[in-house]
Amino acid sequence: MLKKTLLGTALAAGLGLAIPAQADELRIGFISPTTGLYAQIGKDMVDGFQLYLDEHGGKLGGADVKLIVEDDQGKPDTGVTKAKKLILQDKVNLFVGGLLASTGYALAPVSTAEKVIYLSSVSSADDLTQRQLDKYPYFLRTSWTSSLPNHPLGQWACDQGYKKVITIAADYAFGYESVGGFQKAFEDCGGKVVQKIWPPLGTKDFGPFIPTMKADADAIFTVMVGPMALQFPKQLRGAGNKKPIVGSGVSYDEFVLPFMGDEVIGDVSSLHYSAGIQTPENEKFVKAYRAKYGKMPGYYSENNYTTAMWIDEAMKQAGGKWPGPEQFIKLMQGIKLNAPRGPVSMDDMRNPIENVYIKKVAKTKLFGYDKEELWNTTVKVYPNVSQFWTYGKDKFLAQPVYDRDFPPCKFCE
Amino acid sequence: MNTQFWVVQAFNGVSYGALLFLIGSGLSLIFGVMRIVNLSHGAYFLWGGYIALSVINFTGSWALSLPVAALAVALIGLAMERLFLRSEGLTVLRTGTIALGVGVLIALAISAKWPHLIGGAHWIQLTVLGAIATLAMYGLFSRISIVPVDTDVLRQVLLTVGFAFLFQQAALDIWGGNNMDINPPPAFTQSIVVGGVYLPLYRVFMIAMAVAIGIALWLVMEKTRMGAAVRATVDDAQMARGVGIDTNKVSMFIFALGAFLAALGGVIGGAFLGIYPGLDFEMLPLAFAVVIIGGMGSLGGAAIGALAVGLADNFGKALFPEVSYFTLYAPMVLILAIKPTGLFGRE
Amino acid sequence: MISQNVKILIVAVCLLAFAYIVPQSGSFVVLLATRAMAFAILAMSVDLLLGFTGMSSMGQAAYFGVGAYLTAVLATKFHFGMGWDFWLVVVMGILLGCALASLFGLFAIRAGGVYFLMITLALGQCVWGLAYRWNSLTGGDNGINMSGRPNFGLDLGNEVTFFYLVFAFFAVSLIALFVLVRSTFGRSLAGIRERELRMQILGYNTWLHKYIAFIIAGGFGGLAGVLWAHTNGHVSPETVVLTTSVDSLLMVVLGGAGTLVGAAIGTAIVFGLREFLSTLVPWWQYALGGVYVLTILYLPMGLMGIPSRFRQRTQGKDEGAKKLATKPS
Repeated sequence: MLKKTLLGTALAAGLGLAIPAQADELRIGFISPTTGLYAQIGKDMVDGFQLYLDEHGGKLGGADVKLIVEDDQGKPDTGVTKAKKLILQDKVNLFVGGLLASTGYALAPVSTAEKVIYLSSVSSADDLTQRQLDKYPYFLRTSWTSSLPNHPLGQWACDQGYKKVITIAADYAFGYESVGGFQKAFEDCGGKVVQKIWPPLGTKDFGPFIPTMKADADAIFTVMVGPMALQFPKQLRGAGNKKPIVGSGVSYDEFVLPFMGDEVIGDVSSLHYSAGIQTPENEKFVKAYRAKYGKMPGYYSENNYTTAMWIDEAMKQAGGKWPGPEQFIKLMQGIKLNAPRGPVSMDDMRNPIENVYIKKVAKTKLFGYDKEELWNTTVKVYPNVSQFWTYGKDKFLAQPVYDRDFPPCKFCE
Repeated sequence: MNTQFWVVQAFNGVSYGALLFLIGSGLSLIFGVMRIVNLSHGAYFLWGGYIALSVINFTGSWALSLPVAALAVALIGLAMERLFLRSEGLTVLRTGTIALGVGVLIALAISAKWPHLIGGAHWIQLTVLGAIATLAMYGLFSRISIVPVDTDVLRQVLLTVGFAFLFQQAALDIWGGNNMDINPPPAFTQSIVVGGVYLPLYRVFMIAMAVAIGIALWLVMEKTRMGAAVRATVDDAQMARGVGIDTNKVSMFIFALGAFLAALGGVIGGAFLGIYPGLDFEMLPLAFAVVIIGGMGSLGGAAIGALAVGLADNFGKALFPEVSYFTLYAPMVLILAIKPTGLFGRE
Repeated sequence: MISQNVKILIVAVCLLAFAYIVPQSGSFVVLLATRAMAFAILAMSVDLLLGFTGMSSMGQAAYFGVGAYLTAVLATKFHFGMGWDFWLVVVMGILLGCALASLFGLFAIRAGGVYFLMITLALGQCVWGLAYRWNSLTGGDNGINMSGRPNFGLDLGNEVTFFYLVFAFFAVSLIALFVLVRSTFGRSLAGIRERELRMQILGYNTWLHKYIAFIIAGGFGGLAGVLWAHTNGHVSPETVVLTTSVDSLLMVVLGGAGTLVGAAIGTAIVFGLREFLSTLVPWWQYALGGVYVLTILYLPMGLMGIPSRFRQRTQGKDEGAKKLATKPS
């Protein structure tokens, strides 16, 4: 028997595993893509979390934090393996992270099966905190749902007097949910979405799509992620299209904004965060982040900074001892934070209630930096927006999740 | 769907095809001459873009970045060809390169696994550790002879995929993972308006570049001694050697030229697609589609293939967006099933 | 030379030892081993094509993918396959893999060498496109989440039980493929790999032989996919991407093509290396790329070919190396 165990231990040690948990230590697993295509975003996520930890001496709520970062390589099934590794081998109290919506979907069941908290800090798939929440009792979100910032944007676009809008969005779930939110609010207010264009995710040549855009629209709603965001405005303007853009916040997030050209000045977008929010909390965060990592923080960083802040507060209330998952959820839901993104709390479906910022790209100087740079300057704030917008939870959940054809395009041709 | 729509779409398709020609023609030449399926070709494209970005950051000159990036990548391609795809000669250099690479990785791995061993990541200890590991690896690898890759397609594929991974990770470490963009001179960001149709100047420039390079390549292939040697090698390498053509030199020239063209494509495409991690493996299937449809080893085929892929991709997305993932691969399968050597390829 | 029977005995002992030790090594090791074994079935199907028939397929992920999606779709949309009917799903997965391969084979088998590689790549990408695009069925980019594993008296939700199940499938696949390649049919395949023209002249229908091998490989790919879906509880287009196919090829070459066992060893090494290094350092892709390059340059016959390389060294060196290299592609 001894021999068997020895062999087993040797095998485990050979794989570089097996560290027993210590008392009075908060063990946090962090899953993000630190290699491959999304490596930079993964790094930004970790940096945001780490910044908060460093500012607080590596402690959250009095407990020493052991942060274990695992690389999911941007693949959901690798994420599942890593989550299980964190739970089974490293005995983490909770795990954080998950970039892609698909990773969020894949990780949530792990939390259910292993009865370990999963704090989704970026992944925004709507249904996880909506119609599917029942399946995931250990799942909480500190970030957003894809449609959350786009409901207010629909209202805002309508208030600007836009009557007809074209949507052009990356052809995947995140795009559908973003467009759905915008379209619902915009059309409920009397506007018309007259055309929906779905370029495949990763499209950089918008040549095929720009000429098909209807000429009589008043504005264009865009959802562009990563490299798509850089090319679309450039090519749209190059093709002679001068219509105003209102877009999902990711199209102009600070992850891509510093690499954009001046043609994006004046473009409007909405998100629950922008580095250009002029509050003392945000100014402090932006300055600390830029000083430490030499780049502008976007929502990937802020979301994780705030997640750490949220855990900090919960652990404080628990007296520095891990309170167990059920109690931890209760504590998290009771907290009201003043984060860089503004006041934030959690609704009873475990999704944040937070400000949504309608922001406009401007070339200006902010926070005393002496160089003119592109910033997302706030045009209007919709305070305390919930994932259900003004519809009310029950009415909202009675409709299906936003999809490619929901809401249907009633005014297309 | 008026005339204007068709004109703009055709123009867009042709300009995209122009870009594809740059990356596809090099791949096609490399296969035609050397019978090598080079899966690092996408990496050359990406590296061209990144090096150009560095040149622009450093000197501020976009025009300068074109030749510098293309030549730098041509050198990288040349080194790769000499050291790893050809097996004759340079044994010491090859073994040395491999030993250095493995040695550095071992040193880094040890310092990550047992940081106390070298007292943190102190660079002096790290260097010493790396040097020891390198020497040990040199001792090991110099005792084993490599087995030439030659014309074994599968081994070429896996070897060049391995290099593509190495290039990808190196690009990430050198330039970071941000999504970047090359900004050409402002003159190129304008559009010209012809009969109410906006034609972005940059797309016009891409077409012009592709045509100029296509003509230059054609001239080199048809009118120079080197070109004649290349053509002879494509037709029958053994025969070419028989009549005294230095096929070794030909293959060196072609591999460097292929890398040069891919990198040029990267610089030109960088302003149009952006430069970001993963671009390499996005361009690779497109380049292969060009080569497969046109037929391997044929310049004219590459031109036709590039146009076909550019137009098919463009009209496919514009007219049948629902099935746009198939507008590329389904025709490829059909063409291969009917004529396995591509439209203009010869067995 | 060790005799064939001794070799079989060694493999059997190693397998039994593996099945005995792993479950006692902590639940994460069990999970890793389960993943590797499910994937190893795919790698062995690649080996059937590459090592025994001489066809390098770059689209084997397609069959893997349909098996996985079949399992996930049946489980979530029809709640089928979560009890005894799991075995039906296994059969359906194998049949679907075979069916798809018999369709794709019509296009692919005619082509040889690099063209076979390209056409299988394109076919594999078509399946990826479907997985990505056919939202109503595949959930598109989000993929499909399955709720738990089958339970038919035997609760597969238990990692160790599931490990043994996958182990059984792995062992049975290994034995089945071993018997297959030793059969008359398998020997004709080897003949085709070495000298296709001669086999044709001898009156063999080489196309049909290759076609059947392609279909069988598709079936094993489908089986691997079914197991893979249950291992992760999640299926997404990432399952079907090109790198899955390329990885499986490398694993076969790393272990040693034409040995079956080599495919399993190669899988274990790549999985182990990736898990171990990705936890340790952020640059594990260098190591993976390095393994590709070094394997190809120094070990064209893979790890299983090391003994024969040593023998060649002791007999006149360079001729041996050259002989290895002239293995037809």
